Amino acid sequence: MTAVRYVEATRTYPGTETPAVDSLSLDIADGELLVLVGPSGSGKSTALRMLAGLEPLDAGAVHIGDRDVTGVRPRDRDIAMVFQNYALYPQLSVAENMGFALKQHGVPKEERTARVRETARILDLEPFLDRKPRQLSGGQRQRVAMGRAIVRQPAVYLMDEPLSNLDAKLRVQTRTEVVELQARLGVTTVYVTHDQVEAMTMGHRVAVLRDGVLQQCDAPSTLYHEPVNLFVAGFIGSPAMNLLEVDDARRPKIGESELALDGAAGAALGDSAGRITVGFRPEALRVGDGPLPARIRTVEDLGSEMFVHVAVEHQGESVPLIAKVSPPFEGSPGDRVGLQITGTTHLFGEDGSRIASPAASLRSPGAVSRS
Amino acid sequence: MSADDATPAVGERRWVNVALGGLAWITALIFFFPVLWMVLNSFKSEEDANASPKLTFDPTLDRYREVTETAGGLLSFGEAFMNSVVIVLVSTLIVLALAIPAAYALAIKPVGKWRDVLFFFISTKFLPVVASILPIWILARELDLLNTRLVLIILYTAINLPLAVWMLRSFFVEIPRELIEAAEVDGARLRGQLTTVILPLAAPGIAATALLCVIFAWNEFFYAVQLNPVEGSTVPVWVTTNVSTRGEFLAKLSAASVLACIPVVLAGWIAQKRMIRGLAMGAIK
Repeated sequence: MTAVRYVEATRTYPGTETPAVDSLSLDIADGELLVLVGPSGSGKSTALRMLAGLEPLDAGAVHIGDRDVTGVRPRDRDIAMVFQNYALYPQLSVAENMGFALKQHGVPKEERTARVRETARILDLEPFLDRKPRQLSGGQRQRVAMGRAIVRQPAVYLMDEPLSNLDAKLRVQTRTEVVELQARLGVTTVYVTHDQVEAMTMGHRVAVLRDGVLQQCDAPSTLYHEPVNLFVAGFIGSPAMNLLEVDDARRPKIGESELALDGAAGAALGDSAGRITVGFRPEALRVGDGPLPARIRTVEDLGSEMFVHVAVEHQGESVPLIAKVSPPFEGSPGDRVGLQITGTTHLFGEDGSRIASPAASLRSPGAVSRS
Repeated sequence: MSADDATPAVGERRWVNVALGGLAWITALIFFFPVLWMVLNSFKSEEDANASPKLTFDPTLDRYREVTETAGGLLSFGEAFMNSVVIVLVSTLIVLALAIPAAYALAIKPVGKWRDVLFFFISTKFLPVVASILPIWILARELDLLNTRLVLIILYTAINLPLAVWMLRSFFVEIPRELIEAAEVDGARLRGQLTTVILPLAAPGIAATALLCVIFAWNEFFYAVQLNPVEGSTVPVWVTTNVSTRGEFLAKLSAASVLACIPVVLAGWIAQKRMIRGLAMGAIK
């Protein structure tokens, strides 16, 4: 039973002012697949390396199971890591690569061979056991790197963007395999990626990092439907959430159209008269005869769904928005259309944190004046 | 680069390539010519060697026989050769044994102020060799090391060490950090990291470094002639014993020089094969 805990873990690289990872506190349950996600420079890899013991902590602690491993060397942490570039030993065969850690830990030769064979069988690597890494394709090398970690039967797997060197098709396929394998082995896994699709599809929970600070750690659907702040709202989801700054929180308007919020939301906004940001997902935007006039910029047809890029006049500027619609869609670039919001909107305060997520719709200026 | 890139499509570029190739050959031949002349001279009689150059002559091995015969009282070829082999191999092995850990400490797990350490290493090369000979000679005499192999082993080790540390460091820096970290996570201690990752990947660099140390130690003349004029002396000193004040000696000297060159050429050839094999080992990804 191995849970992992970060306790106020901080790492500042020598010669820099701001910490790469700032007071990270995170509990990872036994058997959980936790994904660390964020843009480059967000500290996700550093956080993983702190857990691996490859990066020292300047403050705080890291626990694996019941043990405080903060000062423990990597080889004594009972972890296995898959690196982005696989880091296979070029002069060793596939079998030797996979058996290397076992050999270092003094596992007898017969057991080593048996375990390597078993792992190779799971990963379909049996025909390649005698080959050198350079004789393998990218996908095969990736499997060897996975195999090298699996064969050890460690307490925790650490994966640092292990799929980013694969082509798109293979990446999707391997993604599923990793998820299946992790579920079968039931070993606690920390997985780092910059790809939010990978994060959403793989993680039991996803921890979003920005500038070394943990923003939110939740199940993928919670991140998507209840982002705690503007950063998470903008980062999670593809295409990204439409975000518009609105001047007057008491009478929010997009362009000339008034945003009619569900009753409770008004109370949540209170008397805050300042600026707020209104966010709504592309699937909450309907293109057709709504009250908000817009012009189609481009239409992306993905077959099963279409993304319509439009421009609206908002607070004196042309602002781009994206709508997700189901085919068929009649409309081409330059067409004038009307927009309507049909789902949940998210309201973010001036500090970026979410205030409420009410259902909302747009009303044309005339309708507002009459009411 | 694809194969097409090697053959230029434009006529003018092709012409430039041919010209550059020709220039490279001419330069190489200019450098090689004295060596060729030396080799040819070594197979001539003294008379032929000292006459104006002729294209045809009767090749003979007599000069080789003469130079390898023990000259009474003087350093023999066999002795000098053995001295050189022992001094060169032992000093080079010590250099590698010391330089590899030092380069590791400077490249892979940099110690504090590693730049200063690196500078101190190279600063030992700033002093002209001549300026150091008197104190070294006095020290060697006090320690009873004059005319021993040991004194040259110590000196050549000390002279080659800074260069070896610098070279090895630059090769070690090139080793992908992820590989060393993977070995660390896999449970390898320093020895495992060295044998699994660092030494195999840096093998071409280590071969190049060892070759330079061997070449320097084999050819070093100044310290050898000052400290070990007869006993414990090396091949370069032996070569000069073939210079005589009476009679002609050009062919003999050529034969002696050829013999002195052969081990270095062999070492270079072996190291080169190792270096190429190392390069062909391929990248990590």
